[in-house]
Amino acid sequence: MVRQDTAKDIYREALPVVLVSLVAGLFSGTILGSETMRAGIESVPGLLVLLPAFLATRGGVYGSLGARLASGLHQGVIEPNFERTPPLSNAVIASFINGMTVSTFIAVVTFLVLQLTGQAGSLIELVGIMVVAGVLSAILMLSVLVTVILVGYRNGLDPDNLIGPVVTTLGDVFGVVFLLVGIEVMEVVL
Amino acid sequence: MTEQYTAEWSIGRMVRTMVPLLAVLSVLQMVSGSVLQSFEATLVESPALLVLVPVQIGTAGNLASIMCSRLSTQLYLGTFELSPTNQVVRANTTAVFGLAGTVFGAVGIAAWAIGQALGGGLTLPQVLTISLVSGMLLAGVVVVLSLVSVQLAYRLGYNPDDTTIPIVTNLCDITGVLILFGVVVVVV
Repeated sequence: MVRQDTAKDIYREALPVVLVSLVAGLFSGTILGSETMRAGIESVPGLLVLLPAFLATRGGVYGSLGARLASGLHQGVIEPNFERTPPLSNAVIASFINGMTVSTFIAVVTFLVLQLTGQAGSLIELVGIMVVAGVLSAILMLSVLVTVILVGYRNGLDPDNLIGPVVTTLGDVFGVVFLLVGIEVMEVVL
Repeated sequence: MTEQYTAEWSIGRMVRTMVPLLAVLSVLQMVSGSVLQSFEATLVESPALLVLVPVQIGTAGNLASIMCSRLSTQLYLGTFELSPTNQVVRANTTAVFGLAGTVFGAVGIAAWAIGQALGGGLTLPQVLTISLVSGMLLAGVVVVLSLVSVQLAYRLGYNPDDTTIPIVTNLCDITGVLILFGVVVVVV
């Protein structure tokens, strides 16, 4: 009864999603390879240590928020409007706390890694960069993700299918940009 | 009814369940971060390699989550069996290698061009070799980890949708960077 997907079917279905994330990855890679960023990498010890963790965290925090909102909408716990009722506002506040806690944690662990391997590094600088990048990521990701999921749901789209592309693309494109902003801000502050 | 969802949607509960998990995963990510740091001089000199980093991380996780979620669905339908002759295993494995070949071929060319524009010195054959070789090795890792983890989750009685995707995506992110720099050492 159930027709088995062939390798070709799977390839065709998955290619668009993979290509979108490829373009997003190339964009963030270009910023990462830019002269300003390379100067930042050289002047801020530890930046490369925290980079993968920082990029992965946003997937973890906002991907799980998206999955939670999708389940909430399907179950009828969340109404698809922008009222600040507890389930929706709690989920948003919790994601913000999660994002900021883990960002700060990453900065501290990076500092410890530098200490243990006998490299120089500034704890204040690393924490500052992660806080700036974390706050900017949170504002962007929370507002776009909630809007896309609620508006998409009202228009009959399955929120489960929207989360992956939104989180990966936005996270990839803006993660590195916000990191760069964090570096510039801390350069001015310190 | 109301109380049940109130507890599950309380801020404290959401923070307490997520933060430890995210903290452990980010410590794991520091492994690949430390590898990146040890290649700092090479990376700053060759922007094409910096361009490859987020793409490699993103694509690995993406392919892994596609394969895991497909395999878990097939597991529920009763059509997945961990065997080299199984139709589902064959179709998904071929598709992942096909996708990896397409993506990492395109990425190699794009990363070389962007690297040239940003003032790097690596040649097209070098960047393309690095991208394709590490991409295909990574596809092998994605296939093996997805098959094993879905099978393990099933054997141990976990819901493969909840458990396999976060674990396998993170492991693939990390191995992605390790493989990339393993190949960089050989080629450059």
